[in-house]
Amino acid sequence: MSYRLAVIDVERCVGCELCMFACSRRFGEGGLAKSAIAVRSIGGVEKGFTVIVCRACSDPPCAKVCIVNALMVRKGGGVVLNPHKCIGCGRCIDACPVKAVFWNSEINKPNICVHCGYCAKYCPHEVLKLEKVV
Amino acid sequence: MKELSRVLHIDLTRRSFHVEDRPDLFENYIGGVGAAINLLLEECPKNANPLGPENPIVFAVGPLTGVFPLASKTVAMFKSPLTGNLGESHAGGRSAIAIRMAGYGAIVIKGSSETPIYLAVHDGKVYFRDASGIWGMRSSYTVGRIIRELEPGAGFRTIMRIGRAGEKLVSYACVITETYRHFGRLGLGAVFGSKKLKAIVISGRCSIKIPDSKAYKEVYDKIFNSAVKLPIMKKYHDLGTAYNVTPLNELKALPSLNLKQASLKESVNISGEMLAENYLGRRVACVHCPVACIHLASLREPYEREPYFYKTTMVSYDYEPLYALGSMLGVTDTKGWLKLMDEVEVQGLDAISVGVVLAWATEAYEKGLITDKETMNIRLKWGDYNTYIEAIRKIVAQPNEFYTSLARGVEYAASRYGGLDFALSFGGNEMPGYHTGLATYVTYLTGSRHSHLDSAGYSLDEKNVKAGMRQTPDEIAEALFKEEVWRQVLSSLVVCFFARGIYTPSTVIESLKTAGFDLGFKLTEENLNKVGIEILKKKYLFKVREGFNYKSLRIPKRILEISTPLGMLDEMEIREAVNIFFKFLT
Repeated sequence: MSYRLAVIDVERCVGCELCMFACSRRFGEGGLAKSAIAVRSIGGVEKGFTVIVCRACSDPPCAKVCIVNALMVRKGGGVVLNPHKCIGCGRCIDACPVKAVFWNSEINKPNICVHCGYCAKYCPHEVLKLEKVV
Repeated sequence: MKELSRVLHIDLTRRSFHVEDRPDLFENYIGGVGAAINLLLEECPKNANPLGPENPIVFAVGPLTGVFPLASKTVAMFKSPLTGNLGESHAGGRSAIAIRMAGYGAIVIKGSSETPIYLAVHDGKVYFRDASGIWGMRSSYTVGRIIRELEPGAGFRTIMRIGRAGEKLVSYACVITETYRHFGRLGLGAVFGSKKLKAIVISGRCSIKIPDSKAYKEVYDKIFNSAVKLPIMKKYHDLGTAYNVTPLNELKALPSLNLKQASLKESVNISGEMLAENYLGRRVACVHCPVACIHLASLREPYEREPYFYKTTMVSYDYEPLYALGSMLGVTDTKGWLKLMDEVEVQGLDAISVGVVLAWATEAYEKGLITDKETMNIRLKWGDYNTYIEAIRKIVAQPNEFYTSLARGVEYAASRYGGLDFALSFGGNEMPGYHTGLATYVTYLTGSRHSHLDSAGYSLDEKNVKAGMRQTPDEIAEALFKEEVWRQVLSSLVVCFFARGIYTPSTVIESLKTAGFDLGFKLTEENLNKVGIEILKKKYLFKVREGFNYKSLRIPKRILEISTPLGMLDEMEIREAVNIFFKFLT
C-alpha cells in the first residue's frame, strides 16, 4: 500500500506554517531548513494561501533531469532522494512544474517530500491529508 | 545553523551593516524584551530626539522562536515620539520567524537616510533599496503589494512597512507587517518615517539544532495539543478578540462616546458575533501559531455610477479598534466601521490612539473648545464615520495647526486647546478599551509602555467582578507587579500573551531545556522571575533617564465620573496603588 500527501481544502489554510515546521522536525531539528512543503500567500494574505507539496507524479519530471540518478521513482509516485549521489546541481528545482522541490542551502541539496504525512498531523485546520494511492 | 546571539546592526546614514555576537544578552536576559531593553540602553543616547537619527530601532526575538509554537512575537524598542519616553511594541505575523530564520536574534537600526529607502535582508546581506518611487503612496496596502513583487522569499519573509502617517511623522503612526498585524502604539511608524525608512523585508530558512530529538517531539506535542484544546484559544479562533465587545458592554465597561458612558445600546452591530455571522471572510494566523485569531471581514461595496459592479475589501478587525473607532466614536454602523477601519490601515495609524484623539476632538467640538475654523469645516459628530474618515486624512496631511496638534496625540492637543479633563491618555498614551475598575487604570499608569497588556489590570478587575469583591490598592499593586514581572519573561521568550496559560513556569523551563538553550543562570521559576524584575527595572531606568516621574502622572477627571463594574473610582486610591507599585521597583 502506498500513500501520497494531498491538499484537500486549501481554503481552510490560515498560513500558520505548522506543516513546514513539522517537516523539519522529523529530523529532530527546529527551523525550516529541511522542509519539503511550503505555504505562501497568493498575492497577500487577504487572498488566501497556496500550499505547495509534491504531487507524487507517476512519471516525475524531476527524476528525468537528474544527471546522476539521485532521484529514484518511488512506488506510489514521486521520488526518493539518494543524497550521497546528489551533486547539488539544482536541475530538479527547475523541472518541477509545481515548484515542490525545495532547497536546503545549508547542505546544498534538495528537500524531497517522502509522503510520510507527518505534516498533516499538525495541520489543525484540515488542509492536508495522507491519502491511499489506488 | 545560526546562533540566536547574532545581532545585526544596520546604519542607514552610512549604508553599512555588520553582525555582532552578543551571547551575554540572551544568556542573561533570555531574548525579546530582555535583549531589547539592554540594546536600547546601549544605543539610545540620553535625551535623544525620538525623530532624530540618534534614536535606534531595536527588534528582538527569542530562544523558542522557530522551535516551539506560539513564540512568534517580535519586540520592537525605540524612544517614543508619542510619550517622549520608552517605546515598546510587539507584533506577530511572520516577523519573528523571519528574523530568526534569517539567522538573527536581534536587529538594531540607526542613523537616517537622506532619500527614501527600504531594506532587504536576504542570505546574510543587507540591501539598501531606493524607495523614492513608493514614498508618498496613498495606500499602505499598495506598498506591500509592490514589495511582494520586487523581493524574493515568498512564504519565508516578513514585510514591515509604513503608510503615509509614518512618513508625515504622526506620533502614533504604526508599522504594518503581513498587511494585518501591527507594531502599534507609541509611534514606531514615525521613527521609521523620520529615518526615511519605508519598509524592511527579511527572509530566511535556517535550521535550529536541538540536542535531544525525541524529547523535542514530546514537548512539542504537549504544547501543540494544549494550544489546540485550550478554551481561550477556541474563543479567539472562533470570534477573535472581537468576542470581548458583548461581555464588556454587558458589564458596562465598554468606553463609549469618549467615556461619557460605559456601554452603548447599538454595540451589538460591532460585536464579534455580528461580524463573524455577516462579514467574516477569512481567518489568518501568525506563523507557528495554530489559533488563527486574525479575522478579516469582507466588505462589499457597490460602485455608485456603475450598476452591478462591486469592490470587495478585506478589513481586519479586533477588539481594540472596535472600541476605539466604534463605541468610542459612536460608530455602530457595521459597514461604516469597516470603512473607517480600512482608512486607518491605508494611512498606517494606530487605531486606538486615533480613535481616542477623535473622541476627544468630537467632545471638544461639542463644547465649543474648537470650532469650524480649527476643523476646517469638518463637523465632527458621534457616529458620522464619513466625517471621521475625512478627519483622519487631515490628521495625516496636517493642513493647519489644529490637525498638526491632533497628530501629536490627545495629551498634546488637549494641553493646547483645553479639555484635559476628558482627554483620555495615561503616561501620554491613549487609553485602551477597558473601563473595568481600579486595576485597569493602575495598569495604564504603571505599565512600562502604558498599555493594557503590561499587567492586564482589566483581567484582574473582571476576576474581582465575578468574585464580587473589591481589592485594596496594595493588593492590586502587588498583583499587577507580579503579573508585569512574569510578562517580562514571556515577552523575552516572545510568547504571545494569549498563550500565557500554556507557557506556565514549568512549561517555560521544560521548553527552554529541550531547546538546549543555555542560560547564564539555573532554570528555576524563582530565577526567571528575578530576570523579569531586572528587565522591568532596566525599563524603569530608561524611563527615569528620559524624564519619567510617576508622581506627575495625570489622571483624567472623566474616568472618575463614570461608574465601573466595581463602582466609582477614587483618585486617592488610584494614586495609592501607583505609589505602592513604584516602590516595588525602587
